Amino acid sequence: MATRPVTLTVNGRSVIAEVEDRTLLVHLLREHLGLTGTHIGCETSHCGACTVDLDGRSVKSCTLFAVQAEGAEILTVEGLAAPDGTLHALQEGFSAMHGLQCGFCTPGMLVRAYRLLQENPDPSEEEIRRGISGNLCRCTGYQNIVKAIRWAAATLQGRELAEAAE
Amino acid sequence: MTETVSREQREAGLKGVGCRRRRTEDARFIRGKGNYVDDLKLPGMLFGDFVRSPHAHARIRRLDVSKAAALPGVRAVLTAAELKPLNLHYMPTLAGDVQAVLADEKVLFQNQEVAFVVADDRYVAADAVELVEVEYEPLPPLVDPFRALADDAPVLREDLAGKADGAHGARRHHNHVFSWEVGDKERTDAVFASAPVTVKELISYQRTHPAPLETCACVASMDKVKGELTLWGTFQAPHVIRTVASLLSGIPEHKVRVIAPDIGGGFGNKVGAYPGYICSVVASIVLGVPVKWVEDRMENLSTTSFARDYHMTCELAATEDGRILAQRVHVLADHGAFDACADPTKYPAGFFSVCTGSYDIPTAHLVVDGVYTNKAPGGVAYRCSFRVTEAAYMVERAMDILAGKLGMDPAELRLRNFIKPEQFPYRSALGWEYDSGEYPAAMRKAMGAVGYGGLRREQAERRAAFARGETRELMGIGVAFFTEIVGAGPVKNCDILGIGMFDSAEIRIHPTGAVIARMGTKSQGQGHETTYAQIIASELGIDADLITIEEGDTSTAPYGLGTYGSRSTPVAGAATAMCARKIRAKAQMIAAHLLEVHHNDLEWDVDRFRVKGLPEKTMTMKEIAWAAYHTPVPNIEPGLEAVNYYDPPNMTYPFGAYVCVMDIDVDTGTAKVRRFYALDDCGTRINPMIIEGQVHGGLTEAVGIAMGQEIAYDELGNVKGASLLDFFLPTAVETPVWETDYTVTPSPHHPIGAKGVGESPNVGGVPAFSNAVNDAFAHLGVGHIQMPHDAWRIWMAAERAGLHR
Repeated sequence: MATRPVTLTVNGRSVIAEVEDRTLLVHLLREHLGLTGTHIGCETSHCGACTVDLDGRSVKSCTLFAVQAEGAEILTVEGLAAPDGTLHALQEGFSAMHGLQCGFCTPGMLVRAYRLLQENPDPSEEEIRRGISGNLCRCTGYQNIVKAIRWAAATLQGRELAEAAE
Repeated sequence: MTETVSREQREAGLKGVGCRRRRTEDARFIRGKGNYVDDLKLPGMLFGDFVRSPHAHARIRRLDVSKAAALPGVRAVLTAAELKPLNLHYMPTLAGDVQAVLADEKVLFQNQEVAFVVADDRYVAADAVELVEVEYEPLPPLVDPFRALADDAPVLREDLAGKADGAHGARRHHNHVFSWEVGDKERTDAVFASAPVTVKELISYQRTHPAPLETCACVASMDKVKGELTLWGTFQAPHVIRTVASLLSGIPEHKVRVIAPDIGGGFGNKVGAYPGYICSVVASIVLGVPVKWVEDRMENLSTTSFARDYHMTCELAATEDGRILAQRVHVLADHGAFDACADPTKYPAGFFSVCTGSYDIPTAHLVVDGVYTNKAPGGVAYRCSFRVTEAAYMVERAMDILAGKLGMDPAELRLRNFIKPEQFPYRSALGWEYDSGEYPAAMRKAMGAVGYGGLRREQAERRAAFARGETRELMGIGVAFFTEIVGAGPVKNCDILGIGMFDSAEIRIHPTGAVIARMGTKSQGQGHETTYAQIIASELGIDADLITIEEGDTSTAPYGLGTYGSRSTPVAGAATAMCARKIRAKAQMIAAHLLEVHHNDLEWDVDRFRVKGLPEKTMTMKEIAWAAYHTPVPNIEPGLEAVNYYDPPNMTYPFGAYVCVMDIDVDTGTAKVRRFYALDDCGTRINPMIIEGQVHGGLTEAVGIAMGQEIAYDELGNVKGASLLDFFLPTAVETPVWETDYTVTPSPHHPIGAKGVGESPNVGGVPAFSNAVNDAFAHLGVGHIQMPHDAWRIWMAAERAGLHR
């Protein structure tokens, strides 16, 4: 099938890839660019494992065509840590608060939480639960994910969240 | 040398048993550097996809793959015709049945595998699937299990024609799988005949699905030069998969390497072998290149491994003051088109016979009848030990029903009938030996924590207010007390395909005192890399951070039966402790030689041996490790490593007391969990942080099951709602806040007293939610309300109670 080039910025790096019109964004990321941190859990936009950040919005990359991302700036889980490897507060928080188990939802959850905290730097528990309701987790029951996001929000604002993971 | 670090500090420094240690696994997952099957990319790798049946029951009249095969990029199309000469068109199931790999003349459930297309990438494969032409002659579908054994029920399994015996004895009908009987029928019937109070209820546990976030997947790679097959896959039991792969393919077992990399949740879905694995292996052998197969979500929900679908008629006989005298149970088990249950061989209904629960019931009798229907095969243990969640749900609902009949409080009825602490080890009427328990103390602690008496008073007030028309909400209090039976299991009782259900650990201490250890189990998110290291840390006095844990590669790990049925801690955890003790025994001999004392004059002190009476004369494990590789010791081999294959003497019996408080809007049918308290007793607690995480997750799966999850079929056998649009997986919004608590009653036979915990919250959670819903309506005479308790069904219960008039 015919292909066409698509140009976009992924994690701050400019990339050009040859894709079919029907190639999904998630396959561009995973298979063309080798960024396998973004996962596929349902292919119907329900589970959120494929969540990436596209021009400042959370999107589900399993239901966007790669060509729709022409010219876009994309952030995936691989781009969350600083170039020197320093982890983002959310990554630290997820580990500190035991906000992950099998790890499959984690990249989508982290990228979604990243955008949530951009939109609302100090969300309430209720706002966090609503804010991540497009991302399913089958392992944690969300309780420690919520706490991890609160931990990260506090840390980013220079506060400390005293509670341990529970 | 003066001791500057206290014993307590040395102990804490190990991060051993009891430590809320952060997980080793997290480092890769939070960076997006996990290594899941679909992340694997090999040179020349092709992609497989299935043509599936749109019909639940039909004869295949014509199957033409020529157009698909002619599509550029398509490398092969497999059908039953290709697999038949290899004798691979059917594969054995773990339950002693066979399952069609690719449909042979007939399809028996919707979405059954009919052909396997192999192409350059997943897009071309999907195109080719559309080009395969199949002509079906529809046959009458059998959907209702209660109709399966009718004289005029359609014949489903023509391949079993004339087979009067199945894997578990006589079959009495063409759609009969097995009949399994346990207990004393005569005595039980006699007690029922004269019992002052009896109750009887049909309690159904709907068909559902484990739905891990990562679907099933594999990559098969045949190296024709070396004659070696490598199979990566989402395998909860990689070693068993290797044995099966070897037996089916004829490739010697040492030439088959199975690798389970990171697994994105399993919950029982990834125990069995599926047609996708067989077809990928065959395609790779035929084509000589790697072949990948990854299910999509709809395939996952509608074909690989449903759970439950048990229809349980439970009777209890009791005295008027609430002493239970007997239990009588009949189960109709809907197995779908093939019996692909993942149970130990001798247990066709798993450990369902733990259905007497936590109660001292003098006599019981159980019959389970399995039947075939035109539905997907499976019957896996979805976050529970084999059929234990069904058993616990049934007995916990029945207890509430009996309490209702006796006019007694459900918690009080439980307290009156608990197995007493002094009765352990306790032999149940259906033959299990419960290892340890402190049930009344756990129940009372739970009741105290939630203020149970106050809740009941509040409920009475709210019911009165409801009757006065002041509110449209009903309050339900769900009490559940469960006993799990996990850690299969003694080899004398439990095997999978003839292989005893032991498990294993291999520990090697390197010269510098750093450790690598490998187990026969396979984590799917449980945190084995963290917790096994904690066991070793405590046993050997080595900092857990210096211990690497590996699982899942059959070329490096010792043989084990895998991770399901909460067996990792009870079995492989025990193997780990025993293995470490072997090493410590050798270390003691080395230390004795070097300290020039008899080994009996040494005592263990956290991370070192010291000479009794001479506390300054010590040798740390780190020093001993170096010596083991450096100093010849007479009659002792160099090096410091050991292996242990552990055959547990008994199962372990974790238990817990759960209380759910729920408010139900009778006009919308919506239920809101106001409070959920979970007390778990899993014996010794290795990592409390991980335990609490497991409880949160298990409760979340339980609330999904109880309140909405269902794999339903219409009357034609069309699977309804096999996508995440319809199949209920709770989001963060629907998920309540969980309160966790614990007691500790160690297992007397486990080396460190641990019992396992991962599945308890699902086993105890489901009855707690369902009892809360039922309790809300208990005073209205609507009878037992079946799961799942979605808003529509709750609204219907309110309608039956006349609340909308």
